Amino acid sequence: MTSENPAPRKRFRPLRWAGYAAIVAAAGFGILLGDAMITPTGPDPVSPIGGAPADLPASMSRGEYLTRAADCAACHTRQGGLPYAGGRPFELPIGTIFSTNITSDPQNGIGRWTDDAFVKAVREGIGSKGHLYPAMPYTSYSRMSRADVLEIKKYLLSLQPVPQAAPENTLGFPFNQRWGMFFWNTAFFRERRQPQVEGHNATWHRGAYLADALGHCSECHTPRNLAFARKSGSAFAGSVTEGWKAYNITADKTDGIGAWTDDQIASYLRTGHAPGRSSAAGPMAEVVENSTQYLTPSDIKALVGYLRSVPARKGGEPGGTVETNPLGARNSNAVLPGKDPQQTSSRGARLFAGDCAGCHQYNGAGRQSNYANLTGSRAVNDPSGAALVQVLLHGTKLNVGGVEQSMPAFGATYSDTQIAEVANYVLTHFGSKTGSVTAGDVKKQRK
Amino acid sequence: MRRLRMMIAADTASQRSMQASRRQVLAGLGGFIIALGMGGRLAHAAAIEKDAGFVPNVFIRVAHDGHVKVISSYLEMGQGTFTGLATMAAEELDVGIDQVTVEAAPADLAYANPKFGIQGTGGSTAMAGAWDKMRPAAATARAMLLTAAGKRWRVPVEQLTVERGVVHHVASGRSAGYGDFVDAAMRMAVPTTVEVKKPDQYRLLGRPGTRRIDVAAKVDGSAIYTQDQKLPDMLVAVMAHPPKLWGKVAAVDAEAALAVPGVVAVVEVPGDDDVQGGVAVLARNTWVAMRGRDALNIRWDGTKAPRIDTAEMAKRFEDLSKTPGRVALTRGKILTDRPSGGTTIEAIYHQPFLAHAPMEPMNCLVHIEGDRCTIWNGEQNHTIDQVNAAKELGIPTDHVAINQLYAGGSFGRRANPRSDFVREAVRIAREARKKGIGVPIKMVWMREDDMRMTQYRPQTVHNAVIQLDGDGKIASWHHRIVGASFTKVTAPDGIDHMLLEGIEDMPYAIPNLRLEQHNPEDTYVPTQWLRSVGHTHSAFVGETLIDEAARAAKADPYQYRRAMLLKGDPRQLGVLDLVAQRSGWGRPLAEGADGTRRARGIALQQAFGTYVAQVVEVSLHQDGSYAVDRVYCSVDCGTVINPDIVMAQIEGGTGFGLSFLRQAITIKDGAVQQGNFNDYPVLRMDAMPPVEVSIIPSTAKPTGVGEPGVPLIAPAVVNAIASLTGKSIHALPLPAEIEL
Amino acid sequence: MPLLWYLRDEISFTGTKFGCGMALCGACTVHLNGDPVRSCQMPVGDVGDRQITTIEAMSSDRIGKAVQDAWIAEQVPQCGYCQSGQIMSATALLRVKAAPSDEDIDAALSGNICRCATYRRIRTAVHKAAQELR
Repeated sequence: MTSENPAPRKRFRPLRWAGYAAIVAAAGFGILLGDAMITPTGPDPVSPIGGAPADLPASMSRGEYLTRAADCAACHTRQGGLPYAGGRPFELPIGTIFSTNITSDPQNGIGRWTDDAFVKAVREGIGSKGHLYPAMPYTSYSRMSRADVLEIKKYLLSLQPVPQAAPENTLGFPFNQRWGMFFWNTAFFRERRQPQVEGHNATWHRGAYLADALGHCSECHTPRNLAFARKSGSAFAGSVTEGWKAYNITADKTDGIGAWTDDQIASYLRTGHAPGRSSAAGPMAEVVENSTQYLTPSDIKALVGYLRSVPARKGGEPGGTVETNPLGARNSNAVLPGKDPQQTSSRGARLFAGDCAGCHQYNGAGRQSNYANLTGSRAVNDPSGAALVQVLLHGTKLNVGGVEQSMPAFGATYSDTQIAEVANYVLTHFGSKTGSVTAGDVKKQRK
Repeated sequence: MRRLRMMIAADTASQRSMQASRRQVLAGLGGFIIALGMGGRLAHAAAIEKDAGFVPNVFIRVAHDGHVKVISSYLEMGQGTFTGLATMAAEELDVGIDQVTVEAAPADLAYANPKFGIQGTGGSTAMAGAWDKMRPAAATARAMLLTAAGKRWRVPVEQLTVERGVVHHVASGRSAGYGDFVDAAMRMAVPTTVEVKKPDQYRLLGRPGTRRIDVAAKVDGSAIYTQDQKLPDMLVAVMAHPPKLWGKVAAVDAEAALAVPGVVAVVEVPGDDDVQGGVAVLARNTWVAMRGRDALNIRWDGTKAPRIDTAEMAKRFEDLSKTPGRVALTRGKILTDRPSGGTTIEAIYHQPFLAHAPMEPMNCLVHIEGDRCTIWNGEQNHTIDQVNAAKELGIPTDHVAINQLYAGGSFGRRANPRSDFVREAVRIAREARKKGIGVPIKMVWMREDDMRMTQYRPQTVHNAVIQLDGDGKIASWHHRIVGASFTKVTAPDGIDHMLLEGIEDMPYAIPNLRLEQHNPEDTYVPTQWLRSVGHTHSAFVGETLIDEAARAAKADPYQYRRAMLLKGDPRQLGVLDLVAQRSGWGRPLAEGADGTRRARGIALQQAFGTYVAQVVEVSLHQDGSYAVDRVYCSVDCGTVINPDIVMAQIEGGTGFGLSFLRQAITIKDGAVQQGNFNDYPVLRMDAMPPVEVSIIPSTAKPTGVGEPGVPLIAPAVVNAIASLTGKSIHALPLPAEIEL
Repeated sequence: MPLLWYLRDEISFTGTKFGCGMALCGACTVHLNGDPVRSCQMPVGDVGDRQITTIEAMSSDRIGKAVQDAWIAEQVPQCGYCQSGQIMSATALLRVKAAPSDEDIDAALSGNICRCATYRRIRTAVHKAAQELR
């Protein structure tokens, strides 16, 4: 169902801060370095590293598959809008920018674009009006092959044109000056194709291509430096995006996903839920919904293998070790919480009984859906409760295989104190943690 | 509902002529037609029912096996009407309540509510209305059956006694069940006068232990609500409603919806000023229809949708409240200057739109066949819905038959004065027929439809200026109410008295009083009564202001009320004194643990003729959160028909009113921002206090209890909190934590 | 398809009610291998070979029957629409705890909304059923 006027969503992709960062951090030395730094390097990756996988189902074109793997829809579709018609607002501290229409419409979309222009936009961040703001992850897409970019274009052109103009960006001077991005690019952007790394096989390289080029995972999961460029030595060590935790996904056993089984990671990517572990929420739920649920078994395997090989890095929450068999849940059954005198009469416990237990149950099993399983979830093991508060405030939903899983938002009626109290109850009961969420924390996260 | 009569005057005229013609039709059928002794006549259902047995009037049937059937003019939506009517009938007929079944009446003015002049349930009128209808109806049946028995046994009627439907003649040792006299009674003339029992003869009325007749079916899942009603070949319709109130469909792309397996049709449902309309998806299974609805691609035309904004409305109402309005009531002369040694209280109150949110979302089953239409519905508003459905279809009113089913709550919602959801269901069926679909269609609203497309208790602003004299007595009270009318039906003087009830009939002796009203009708928000109607907002204002006056006068709020009460209404004083006594008012309350402070709050109100007073015990925790620990309630509802139901209604009403503390419907750019119980919170088990209900014995005519339990809990709780914090609270909903 | 709509629309077990569609109100509660679940959020395909029990079967369940009897004795229902779900939740509670405290009742039944606010009678009826079963 479409709605006529969707509320602008707060999208806080870190890169969108880049316009600001560009001026501050790069202007000083950017000019000195000049053009030489952004010359493309490396050959285009070819199949089986680039391209579509061998087990691509007949029902899907190569272009559609690559478009899904690159998750173009996530940004180029506004809430409730038509796919790829753009208009999704990105609210920055410096103004609002809107994603563009990439349907085949000749006026508003890419109907008249040449191949070269499209490739330049995707891989170099230079669009029809000049430099793109790096909400567009061209810093990752630069690793893609020209052939794959053109497959995506072919697919997009095969879809219905949508004659919908993107709203004008509302950036004030100097951020409305697209040429400013030149300096940021000069400082932080290397237009480089997916590299060949010695000692790794083709499957690993395929996984790397899926994660680093198409899936642009590091855009959210790699922490950023002061100028909001990704820290090169901390790949996948976790960050915060749009107020949501993009967790550490390195092989570290406590801070990362090193303790997860291959099946758990695969299930997470395919369905948005890892049995005994987390369920995807917020922006990651969108990634699963729009992108990873469509990956073929061989690609899931390659992606899992690649993530496994990412060097373990610290970078989790202090005290955030995931307790997969927490006392509170262990002592409970499907109907009643176990003996827990401090907790049962607390306000958090009472809120949980009324609004939460209906799906989540006291033993953490997930009453009618595995997605509601809280035991082993990183969100309920992170004493800061950041992800938990986010999902309590704003809710989340995930549609996999045509079945929607959703968690309703309680931000409208719960006070900051109530959110904090129910979050702390959940952290104790399902994570054996002493929750430290305060009303002040919640207030900050409401924005 | 009181003023509905005016609105449909034209329609009732046509109903009356219909009534006359129906009578001729029935006479022609050669059925058992009786004189109109009770002001009624044979009901449609009775006329077509084969072997209806003895039908002395429209309310009572006695079968050949002696079983008594009571026909209810009213909806059973939880308030216990069916049981109350059955009790009255069983009392007069001297049968056990277990020997009585209740059947819902068809839409027929023979069943008009004596308070409204048309058929409908509301205003807590059912027991009051049935008191002079059902009891004589049953007594007439009893008299005729006994006359038949006396004739057969050749004994004086005075010597007969009845027990559990068996007629005894002690002297001759003869006895026989009512069923044996049915045929004889059927041939008798209906007596024109009949005596009903005196209170000292009651076996059932007012006695404890009479169980509700609907409970057994409601604990085993067999009770049938509209949601459960099925018919052969029936389709379910799920609606795509406009995202903004009053938005219209510009274009529908139904391709994806029709591709959902099981979706039978997509039907555009035109909206207008009364019905939101939109697009309906028809399928055999509700879930399939929901999936089809989600797959619709609709372009909405929001250009005609007004930019409703409740926050902006609150500002506008507040500004209006500072300007003179239409004068609804004036007594004495308002004091503009503070009396010497006195105090001035100035207060502006804000209260939000509220939704009914009954457990059963709105729904309605419609079958159109030729020029006739049959409706199955938790029907609360027979006459109006019948007239409106007929208009939708352009057929005579009596071609619309209505089957009333149990309603899963309603709280007033199912009696919409514009028949909004019933007409939407009829429209779906009408438009479907144009596509060749003539099967029965059950419209099912999702919870979100019910929350966003309902008809709301109006948002209001009250502005009061009260002058207290040197003794702390109220010398002058100037009060303005701003709010859209509940029904857009106003009295001839241009005043919406529903908006004023509770304020215009305050029980206090106020020498100088002026009550003004603003009815901005350009809010474009559909409004409708909600359980206890005007009292839902007026009691909060009136009863917290009285407490504020008491605080200013440094008086005890119970004693202050006592002193301020209008003389000559002992029932107000009765409930007030009783609740004070039961609650131990004046005795200190035990302190709470960990710095929790506790206090009592009190409130008093007469609503729908029933007098209620409440005392609450409230705990205010250090973090500002609060809990209602206990509620005492006294009730004077005249003659009590079923004390257990009175207690249940007052207790349930209190729980319903407690939800008001946290509820608000807000609208931004025309879109209602709440959709389900996550953002429209309702009272849950853990927050429900024990409610002790004390009933004042009375032989006055019975008055209703469905609504009067609702209004007092909010002011009583706020009075308790304000007594602890010393800060007045002038707005609902309350925050989750009170500012200390 | 959620179990709720399968029960109600496909096999006409209409005692299980639709209230919110988001597992927020409990009106659709049924038992899955004895544990209470909200059938509006339970995909029928996920049931597998587990046993579903609805309100219609409670009169032949020892605990369920005691709960129903207590509901009648305490005259709990008003509109009645939520009561199937309340009874299913109460029966599940008594199955895991023979003598529940008030806190237990809050923990197990706060997920079931009753707009008529029959909560105090529900509480009394649960205690009564527990007593009868002892």
